[in-house]
Amino acid sequence: MAAVHGDAHGHGHDDHHPSGIMRWVTTTNHKDIGTMYLWFSFAMFLVGGTLAMGIRAELYQPGIQILEPELFNQFTTLHGLIMVFGAIMPAFVGFANWQVPMMIGAPDMAFARMNNWSFWLLPVAATLLVGSFFVPGGAAAGGWTFYPPLSTQGGLGVDLMIFAVHILGASSIMGSINIITTILNMRAPGMTLMKMPMFVWTWLITAYLLVLVMPVLAGTVTMLLTDRHFGTSFFNAAGGGDPVMFQHIFWFFGHPEVYIMILPSFGIVSEVIPTFSRKPLFGYSSMVYATASIAILSCFVWAHHMFTAGMPTVGQLFFMYATMLIAVPTGVKVFNWTATMWRGSMTFETPMLFSIGFIFLFVIGGFSGVICAIVPIDIQVQDTYYVIAHFHYVLVSGSLFALFAGAYYWIPKWTGRMYNETLGKWHFWLSMFFFNLTFFVQHFLGLAGMPRRIPDYALQFADFNMISSIGAFGFGTTQLLFLYIMISCIRSGEKAPQKPWDGATTLEWTHLPTPAPYHSFEKPPIVN
Amino acid sequence: MWGENMRSKSVVTLAGVSALALYSSMAVGSKYNLPEPQSIIAKDIYDQHIWLMWICLVIFIGVFGVMFYSVLKHRKSLGYKAANFHHSTSVEIIWTVIPCLILIVMAWPATKTVIAMKDTSSPDMTIKATGYQWMWGYEYLQGEGEGISFYSKLSTPRAQIENKAPKGENYLLEVDNRVVVPVGKKVRVILTANDVLHAWWVPALGIKQDAIPGFIRDTWFQADAPGIYRGQCAELCGKDHGFMPIVVEVMAADDYAKWVAAQLSASAVKTSMHTDK
Repeated sequence: MAAVHGDAHGHGHDDHHPSGIMRWVTTTNHKDIGTMYLWFSFAMFLVGGTLAMGIRAELYQPGIQILEPELFNQFTTLHGLIMVFGAIMPAFVGFANWQVPMMIGAPDMAFARMNNWSFWLLPVAATLLVGSFFVPGGAAAGGWTFYPPLSTQGGLGVDLMIFAVHILGASSIMGSINIITTILNMRAPGMTLMKMPMFVWTWLITAYLLVLVMPVLAGTVTMLLTDRHFGTSFFNAAGGGDPVMFQHIFWFFGHPEVYIMILPSFGIVSEVIPTFSRKPLFGYSSMVYATASIAILSCFVWAHHMFTAGMPTVGQLFFMYATMLIAVPTGVKVFNWTATMWRGSMTFETPMLFSIGFIFLFVIGGFSGVICAIVPIDIQVQDTYYVIAHFHYVLVSGSLFALFAGAYYWIPKWTGRMYNETLGKWHFWLSMFFFNLTFFVQHFLGLAGMPRRIPDYALQFADFNMISSIGAFGFGTTQLLFLYIMISCIRSGEKAPQKPWDGATTLEWTHLPTPAPYHSFEKPPIVN
Repeated sequence: MWGENMRSKSVVTLAGVSALALYSSMAVGSKYNLPEPQSIIAKDIYDQHIWLMWICLVIFIGVFGVMFYSVLKHRKSLGYKAANFHHSTSVEIIWTVIPCLILIVMAWPATKTVIAMKDTSSPDMTIKATGYQWMWGYEYLQGEGEGISFYSKLSTPRAQIENKAPKGENYLLEVDNRVVVPVGKKVRVILTANDVLHAWWVPALGIKQDAIPGFIRDTWFQADAPGIYRGQCAELCGKDHGFMPIVVEVMAADDYAKWVAAQLSASAVKTSMHTDK
């Protein structure tokens, strides 16, 4: 994003940074690092997407055509890991890097050098993950949840995956500590906590969740590693361990992780909806409390992923009730967004379209979430395509759509140029159509009894699988349009004014020129 | 006058046809919904799912009715001026309390079903199922048929999977030896695994339980009607996870008695041949 770099002028000796590749290797600038996070996550999105295309190609028809079962399992495993840890999470950190300092009126992140380090760990982890396809025995094939004893059986690919998770975890922890410190210590004078933009609030809460649960994940993969190589038996019944204990520890990380991937998208949507409704966010403080309640509740619901593992009645009931409770703060958020739009003066540029699409489809994912929370129904749908449909409704039309909304919303500020609105709308409508074509029918597949993670299926599932695959190919291709829109925006988009969205109220629009200078807010603004 | 009458008639016809289409698509049943329930638990699950779908539909129409009304009417392009309200404590309390009440309505029947599902006491018979990579082993531990044991493997020929032969009706859902149980008897299934996690799942009977190596789990079912009910392993267990189906054949009491006798005499022959050697 040369536009950002080129516009840096008159800011003293700090600007004499290296150029070329060394600029990016050595940079401590939050904007450069944010840019790298975003490009990295998009590259990983394409890799994970390619794996998804392989999965859907194999499932296009019954029978084994393209991927042998073992390779198919490697594809599903790496698709999940790469999308969660390589695409969605780093993309949100990229947004945090760009936006948090500008939205709170800070000159940069609190720990600028550590920021560089937490980014540069990512390509290393990605290399390990992608490279594991080429080692003897291939990549990990035990699912992205890598339950033992199956993951104890795997080859070198599993070890590479464990190491990659360690590195990603270290990166995430450093990133979140940086974000917490920045938000708590570097806000402009007058910006009290309860005046912070919602995006900053959601990231503050997300960062605390990350610091809480990433060490748990690191611990559990380490236990898996020692079980595999150093003779321990944490998860091996023959040595006095328990395979189900892995699931408890994994999901103690895994469920908050789900909210780590959705809370920042709530934040983005809470910025976009008021801007394009030209009306303040409805129920700001209840939004903050709802986000905090979701985060706290998310730590007490992990075993709802394990209802079929066998649990005492009281355990099943506790986790069912706790899970259902999450619907309340989530509902509050949806009602607040609706009330924000109500009697606004709305326009429907691409960020707004993606945000409304987000609410619409995320609510469908929320409904299927409540249905999955009901233990008896979950007994039927657990580990079926119903669950696949459910979590793609919250992760793709949830997190990913919000990321698109955010990218279109802030790209003028980042590059100084406007994207092509017509193409942006095409991107939205094509994504919307193909997404539903892919995933809506998977609800039916799951209810009718198709298990997940199978390379071949019974004949009654054939037509819906074909529809789903066609949708997936369309969805995948549509995302290349996004790449084209972004590149043509950066290279040759029309010049953007300081505030291209007349309803925007946050500091980056009201106080900074477009594009945002390389160093911004060297003197903090006064917020009243 | 005549034209208007015509139009209202065609509206009625259209409504009738679409209602019929809706119901017939529901009648196709298992393609869009859970399979037809064949046990009391499966019936509970089926009914609760339908009930929840109605609740979700009502909420969906309520929320998005408001939102899309707003999207259509409160547009800048229509010259609509933005209001400036930004909170209302009473409204916020109302829309926090109402969802809580709806959740209680949902949780009540679910709680009763959970308690019923977990009650594996006083079964008529007990079968132990063991998951292997990649087949199931069954042992009849108690009740009529005690002592029977066998393995149950996928019987779909390799050629069908590799697309070298046309696929049969029960492609991937057929086994060499079915689990046979009598109708109307409470069958307790205890589960374990030999190597990795597996899960024993028969959708029509409303039963799914993980099989965990080194541990025993149990669950139960009571089939309402004779028939053949098919399911699959539901926990990723490696390469052939997609190829270890479960087939339960429910028989009337006298047919079951004959099956038991045949199985026991066959195994008696095997044993005596073994001792003769």
